[in-house]
Amino acid sequence: MPRYYTDEHEWIDVEDDIATVGITDYAQGQLGDIVFVELPEVGAMIEQGKDAAVVESVKAASDVYAPITGEVTETNSALEDDPSLVNSAPEDGGWFFKMTIADAGELDKLMDEDGYKAFVESL
Amino acid sequence: MSDHDTDDTLEDLPLEALPLDPWHRARGARMVPFAGYEMPIQYEGIVAEHTWTRESAGLFDVSHMGQLVLSGEGLDAAVEAVLPIDLSTLKPGAQRYSLLLDEDGGVLDDLMVSRLADGSLYLVVNGATKWDDIGTLREALPDDITLNHLDEHALLALQGPKAVDALARHVPDAAALTFMKFGQFTLAGHPVQIARAGYTGEDGFEISLPAEAAAEIADLLCAEPEVKPIGLGARDSLRLEAGLPLYGHDLSPETSPIEAGLIFGINKRRRTEGGFPGADRINREIAEGTGRKWVGLRIEGRLPAREGAEVFVGSDKVGIVTSGGFSPTLGAPIAMAYVAAAHAATGTALEVEVRGKRLAATVSPTPFVPHRYHRGN
Repeated sequence: MPRYYTDEHEWIDVEDDIATVGITDYAQGQLGDIVFVELPEVGAMIEQGKDAAVVESVKAASDVYAPITGEVTETNSALEDDPSLVNSAPEDGGWFFKMTIADAGELDKLMDEDGYKAFVESL
Repeated sequence: MSDHDTDDTLEDLPLEALPLDPWHRARGARMVPFAGYEMPIQYEGIVAEHTWTRESAGLFDVSHMGQLVLSGEGLDAAVEAVLPIDLSTLKPGAQRYSLLLDEDGGVLDDLMVSRLADGSLYLVVNGATKWDDIGTLREALPDDITLNHLDEHALLALQGPKAVDALARHVPDAAALTFMKFGQFTLAGHPVQIARAGYTGEDGFEISLPAEAAAEIADLLCAEPEVKPIGLGARDSLRLEAGLPLYGHDLSPETSPIEAGLIFGINKRRRTEGGFPGADRINREIAEGTGRKWVGLRIEGRLPAREGAEVFVGSDKVGIVTSGGFSPTLGAPIAMAYVAAAHAATGTALEVEVRGKRLAATVSPTPFVPHRYHRGN
């Protein structure tokens, strides 16, 4: 299952025609203790680069942008009860939402794991 | 990702480094621009640092704040013309909260005023406002009054229930201070001034010391098992739980101290006598009340309401949040807001709007977390 990364610190796992989206371990470390995650509605159309979710840490609210364009098919209800999953398991149990892939070409412009690693090291 | 909130950057000026800048970086602090300086926002994480301060002791670098000494002939009368303080009752070794007001009674800054042994006054003012404060004071005070900016001093706050244990190993006599008292001491061979005060609601101390001794003393205190360095992030969540206002957010030239519930900052003799900037408005508001009041809000659910969120009763906008966040101690969002006096009573049900959603909120007594100052017997 290929995993892609954005320069906004999101990861995207692609399985068949569905993408699972979350934020990276680097991102959660930057945000600090997460106390609330506002997820999009199932059925919402989200557009690459536009607001998709909001992460509230103790300090501030931060936007999470849609990494690709598509329709939200499922959200991670576990985050309602335990938003700290984003801190403890950002690239696993702390996923945000699943979505369709309107344009597979958008994925080609994203980074792979090595590319993202190099990107983070350059920051 | 992008932060909605912006920090208090003085955007036109290059950022300056504080004396402990390398010390923070060596301890893994994340540095952010604040009040014109690069300052540590956090080390290991805001919640861990917050909880550690509530349970043990935290060391905060607040060297961005302005430390001023006023002295000269006719000092008390000159300062009373500028601040609504009663200096006749401020004895050497005592510290008091005061306010710098404009002619309309708006708040230019809030500050601490202490009486030194020689009769002069030591002021601690906010970092983001210190240059304006110096200008305001210099303009308002007669030439006979000397204003000395202690810009080669650092300021460390040691806060928490175990702060006294850690400090007393190095300065045994400091343990005898009670809340809002201060004195001159020697710490690791350096002359320091220590006040039993702070901005967390906990017992603790603020230590003014020569900048060149700051790293040595910070190391010494952080070597105590009770003490860890704490960043600005936890300083903000701690003061919010303590119901303490933050200048530039909860207080500004657009707010009066009476609206903000800071009547104790207008000392009793001055309320009747007046003779300070804004006295007409302040005394009128004391007599007649204010149209709005600064209150605490407890918010249902987990979504924090932050500065700028609007407060509603039905379709009527009745107020605005000036500080808000998630309380690590309570595990729930809390906020401070100015609301119309008719809706300011404890227990009043209100709504706060965050990104188009209405959150249920209740006017709550403050502090949200009880103060634990050491007032002595």
